[in-house]
Amino acid sequence: MNSNRRKFIKIAGLAALGWSICPPLAGARTSRYKRIEEGLRAERWAMAIDTAKLTQEVMDRAIAACHELHNVPKIENDQNIKWIWVETFYNLIYDQSHPFLQERQLPVLTLCNHCDNPPCVRVCPTKATFSREDGIVLMDFHRCIGCRFCMAGCPYGARSFNYFDPKLFLNEDDMNRDFPARDMGVVEKCEFCAHLLDQGERPACVEAAEGALFFGDVRDPDSEVRQVLRERYSLVRKPKLGTEPQVYYLI
Amino acid sequence: MLEKAIQGSALYWIWLLVLLAVIGVGFFSYLTQLDQGLSVTGLNRDVSWGFYIAQFTFLVGVAASAVMMVIPKYLHNHKAYARMLILGEFLAVAAVIMCLLFIIADLGQPQRLFNVILYPTPSSILFWDMVVLNGYLFLNIFVGWVTLQAERKRVGPPRWIIPFIYISIPWAISIHTVTAFLYAGLPGRDFWLTAVLAPSFLASAFAAGPALLILLAYVIKIFAKWDPGKEAIQSLAKVVIYAMLAHLFIIACKVFTAAYSMVPDKLEHYKYLYFGLEGHTMLATFSWVAISAGVIAVITLLFPKNRQADNILAFSMILVLMSTWIDKGLGLITAGFIPTPLHHMATYVPTQTELLITLGIWATGFLIITVLYKVGIGVRKEIESG
Repeated sequence: MNSNRRKFIKIAGLAALGWSICPPLAGARTSRYKRIEEGLRAERWAMAIDTAKLTQEVMDRAIAACHELHNVPKIENDQNIKWIWVETFYNLIYDQSHPFLQERQLPVLTLCNHCDNPPCVRVCPTKATFSREDGIVLMDFHRCIGCRFCMAGCPYGARSFNYFDPKLFLNEDDMNRDFPARDMGVVEKCEFCAHLLDQGERPACVEAAEGALFFGDVRDPDSEVRQVLRERYSLVRKPKLGTEPQVYYLI
Repeated sequence: MLEKAIQGSALYWIWLLVLLAVIGVGFFSYLTQLDQGLSVTGLNRDVSWGFYIAQFTFLVGVAASAVMMVIPKYLHNHKAYARMLILGEFLAVAAVIMCLLFIIADLGQPQRLFNVILYPTPSSILFWDMVVLNGYLFLNIFVGWVTLQAERKRVGPPRWIIPFIYISIPWAISIHTVTAFLYAGLPGRDFWLTAVLAPSFLASAFAAGPALLILLAYVIKIFAKWDPGKEAIQSLAKVVIYAMLAHLFIIACKVFTAAYSMVPDKLEHYKYLYFGLEGHTMLATFSWVAISAGVIAVITLLFPKNRQADNILAFSMILVLMSTWIDKGLGLITAGFIPTPLHHMATYVPTQTELLITLGIWATGFLIITVLYKVGIGVRKEIESG
């Protein structure tokens, strides 16, 4: 009896160990994923912002479209959340400005640059923020531990932290059910609408801005983005940092 | 040996109760923070690290400074430290535990803490900081306890512990270096983006840690009626002076680089730190207190007569602690975030909740120090009474 129980526990222990190391042993099916080929694909997504076309109305529309789509709460203090917002040209590009520049006080849209060499991804201790193959820098809201290292790492101030429970500032009825509302204590930022791209649609701000924002594959010489970059003079923010931003400002 | 921690005078128990009360207050404040998120702090979108991370940084230094006794004792056979070394090691234990608590207090999602181990990310310096801090905690508990146990049995430390002692030396340097690399490797933060950050961290740490240890030695002399030895304290005082001089020198080097080059990205931070921007001068006031306290302490201690007078030495150590604590605990983090990457002014003042949680963690550290010192000194007294 005694030796039987002993044997049973031994085998059970070994089995548990085996299954935990290699689940298929227990007959657990490893799921197979199918690649969905619908949706917009690019080698490297990029955005060009036409600073000349940015009227207050256009910018308001773009911001509203983004923040409504992504359930971004409106918080009226410095613990707020911003995915896309307005800054003066000088504040964005002070390292390439001078006191007599005409555009100095021009209001301009700004958002995450989806850098090719993103410091936020480098510093994240859990890979909760990561670069997709097409260059989009994404957040896993369920893995983020809220250490805010990425916020210190971002040289563009593009990231926001949920100091509050965002649901306190969202109206239950107006919320977009197709995009997750965040928990308290995680970081968030613009995602180039990766979820829309995967469904074959362009980013919400691009649609809302009606021609002031260009979006496309920067590696494709025939893309719209490359076309405007060829025709117009353009800048990126803080190029000397080597982060290789993929949001271009057309002057 | 632990039984010595539960045999104490009334004063000992009252002190522990006081600390427990402070810890309790801190704990309840933390429950508020857990419930309402970091919105209860003064942190914001621009200044996203504050008081917690600053205390953490300061205390990593205190922990690392145990090496300033380990090196003379084990590499140079400096016998004066033999009796006191255990105090340094146990201080390091308490300091590292406080560091870990401050990190946890700062997390937005503390229940996901173990994601750092579940998804190890070597590209993140925070991952390495976790590795070196926990390793250092283990080393100090292990080495401290084993050597103390050996002494109690009136034998030398076992031979197999020697490699751990030697490893603990570079390991101590590593914890503060890696902590400096948290900041020094960020491309957009010019205040921290300097190769001199890790050396400056070490310099101020080697002043702050031994200064705290000297003060603790005086406290022990009064309350535990056990004298760690004049020579040990005098040796430590010399370490404090050299380290403080190096610290002030590095500050001067940093200020020169920013001020003479006049590169705005760097200079703005120093302007904020020492003069304030757009009328925000509170931090600047503290900065000048720090500089003055440091300079006064060094000048005072340069005279051997002052150094040997217990009162003056103790007072100077308070000045040193004040100076180094303001430098790391107030200035370093905030000035790194202001002005913001978009050249805006931002502000940060810790809230009451934040301060209470901070106080609670400090009290936890002092509770650990008290208990560990009770054991360590108890054993020492036992040995010395024959």
